Amino acid sequence: MPREIVDRVEMPKQSPEDRRSNFREVALGLDPELAVREAKRCIQCKTKPCTKGCPVEVEIPDFIALMAEGKFAEADAKIKEKNSLPAICGRVCPQESQCESLCTLGKKFKPVAVGALERFAADWTRERKSASCCEDTCCAEPCCAEPCRAEPCRDESANTCTCSEEPAVCAPADGIKRPSARVAVIGSGPAGLTCAAELALMGYGVDIYESLHETGGVLRYGIPEFRLPKAIVNQEVDYVRSLGVRIFTNVVVGMTLNLSEMLAKGEYQAAFIGTGAGLPYFLGVPGENLNGVYSANEFLTRVNLMKAYKFPEYDTPVKIGKRVVVVGAGNVAMDAARTSLRLGAEDVKIVYRRSRTEMPARLEEIENAEEEGVQMFLLTNPVRIISDGKGGVAAMECIKMELGEPDASGRRRPVPVPGSEFTMDVDTVVVAVGQGPNPLLTRATEGLALNRRGNIEARDEYGATSIPGVWAGGDIVTGAATVISAMGAGKRAARGIDIWLRSQS
Amino acid sequence: MFRIMEKRLLAPAVHQLVVEAPLVARSARPGNFVIVRTNETGERIPLTIADYDPEKGSIMLVVQEVGKSTMDIGMMEAGDSFADVAGPLGQATPIKKVGTVVGVAGGIGVAPLLPQIKLHKAIGNHVITIVGARTRELLILKDEVEKASHETIFATDDGTFGYHGFVTAALEELIKAGRQIDEATAIGPVRMMQATCNLTRKHNIPTIVSLNAVMVDGTGMCGCCRVTVGGEVKFSCVDGPDFDGHAVDFDELVSRQAFFRDEENLARELAEQKRGGCRCHEK
Repeated sequence: MPREIVDRVEMPKQSPEDRRSNFREVALGLDPELAVREAKRCIQCKTKPCTKGCPVEVEIPDFIALMAEGKFAEADAKIKEKNSLPAICGRVCPQESQCESLCTLGKKFKPVAVGALERFAADWTRERKSASCCEDTCCAEPCCAEPCRAEPCRDESANTCTCSEEPAVCAPADGIKRPSARVAVIGSGPAGLTCAAELALMGYGVDIYESLHETGGVLRYGIPEFRLPKAIVNQEVDYVRSLGVRIFTNVVVGMTLNLSEMLAKGEYQAAFIGTGAGLPYFLGVPGENLNGVYSANEFLTRVNLMKAYKFPEYDTPVKIGKRVVVVGAGNVAMDAARTSLRLGAEDVKIVYRRSRTEMPARLEEIENAEEEGVQMFLLTNPVRIISDGKGGVAAMECIKMELGEPDASGRRRPVPVPGSEFTMDVDTVVVAVGQGPNPLLTRATEGLALNRRGNIEARDEYGATSIPGVWAGGDIVTGAATVISAMGAGKRAARGIDIWLRSQS
Repeated sequence: MFRIMEKRLLAPAVHQLVVEAPLVARSARPGNFVIVRTNETGERIPLTIADYDPEKGSIMLVVQEVGKSTMDIGMMEAGDSFADVAGPLGQATPIKKVGTVVGVAGGIGVAPLLPQIKLHKAIGNHVITIVGARTRELLILKDEVEKASHETIFATDDGTFGYHGFVTAALEELIKAGRQIDEATAIGPVRMMQATCNLTRKHNIPTIVSLNAVMVDGTGMCGCCRVTVGGEVKFSCVDGPDFDGHAVDFDELVSRQAFFRDEENLARELAEQKRGGCRCHEK
């Protein structure tokens, strides 16, 4: 077997010493040469098992074949047939448990680096396109075969395109004739953006309503700059806008507008709810309201959305102690721990009640965190947070755990070891133990059926809710999950909405 | 969008702003608040809606300059726009016909109290309003309060106007005079709301308070505004901001409000340096 097939290309990263003190992206991306080399590792097997691992059904071998020939823009267009946000997915998807876990090559060697290739195709195309978007076709979609303008629209002096204001209008790629209808999408996170893009590509009018002042949902407020640069989020959102989607920020559906009214008035013929998991859980231990105890959501929102790491240039502050404990072991916990280091914390610990095998975070993120110096206190559970007598945190009392019989989730249930209590000195505690559904929209929308936990009940594979014409998907249905599963749900909902709208006309 | 249509100085460093926000104005109810951001680097600050006019498409806000962000708002003029106004947020105050209601306001707390007493009066409650301030020139919206109430008591700490003393002393006199009071609402500084509740608890008068916890998103997402009410943790933004005052842990609220005091002081000092000193007493 040639070495080129055996050796997977590893993406260069900032060194742990450098990156733990800056917010720049950790993984640096491939260069064209490395990308072609890695793409050539794909053996183009007949069975294509990788495609079955992709929640949005990207035709992985096809785009990789284009990359192997150096056709990066074509590869990007191939991905975008199925996935509107490739630069984001290439960065934050857990490929190791999806496409790459099924790779035929992976049975003997390391799997093809699908994520790194996807990211490269998207980045390469975007960087090139920003300088000359109108030279070829209007929106890099295969459906737009004609050049978008007869006149050149490039401002040579500034090397920018002068026509970017106007959204390109695409004819539906599949050539199906559809009724004229408008769809309201609630939430501009991964589920909402994907659903909106899919519907726009089919030719529907789409408006997105976002409660925050910025778009992107968890991509903006949750995932830190060093893992997903906000410039990338901006560009992916711009792409969705370029399809004709309108985005209204500062609109809290359920408070500012009422979904039932929006539909009843005939402004919209259908709606998709992708409002995410926006209500943090706390531990329920004494001392949790002391100053210095944050939910991961608050901590990350201050830093990511409000740019508190640039205080006082930005007005929102964040306070970080020398010793930080993050409770939980998901991706959000890793993000909070690594953000703490970058804000200047000297000692950062993860406290998790189960063992390493059960940690929900991606392996890559756990490794990144450990390389940067985050310490893992596993099989450990907080009992109480101890006050410094001035309203702040002095210490946290924990108890050791051991694993017992499997629980409802199939993971072995952690049980406390009697008498194993110990205390760790700490100034800041970040609670990252998950989130429940945000109640603002659900409690204001009459007739919307919820399950026991308050999540919206999805009644079929497309995410249809109890209200005719209303679909839902992402964390508001499933509880906190991944970006790509939310995107998959947005995509399926778009399909369900399309079928429904066509049946109505 | 979010243009300041009118701006008026109510007292030194206290501004009344009428802001264009048609969607908010249409859905607002007494007790709701908005989150505003002055500009791209600004923080998200919660402000209670003091009045709303669905026809004009505007809301009224009353802002006291206490920190950098509120000083920034003080610098804005009619014609300027906020970067963002999101709302209405929070649960509307439950307002029912109960008989006689006493509204107790401290400082600029009178602004958010106004829409509540207006509605109380409109649905047939007898409204007595007690408004307190440190000194005469800090008593704001006097005419509006008198119009919205059946009886009004103004109180100043220094005796320069109306009743000489705290609002709680004025309320205690009412109670001692044997006036039947079925419900009270207190809005103002935390210690003033706490003192009011200590008094009404003794006399078994149900009391609603409007809490001004620190917030970031204001939509339930971050949990920064958590307060303990009756031993349970609540989020001010989605469960409140109004709560049963007899069940609120006010000491915890005071402590949590002070968490970012150092940063707030730093931001204010930097802003003052940049502007060449404090402008509290400019007209």
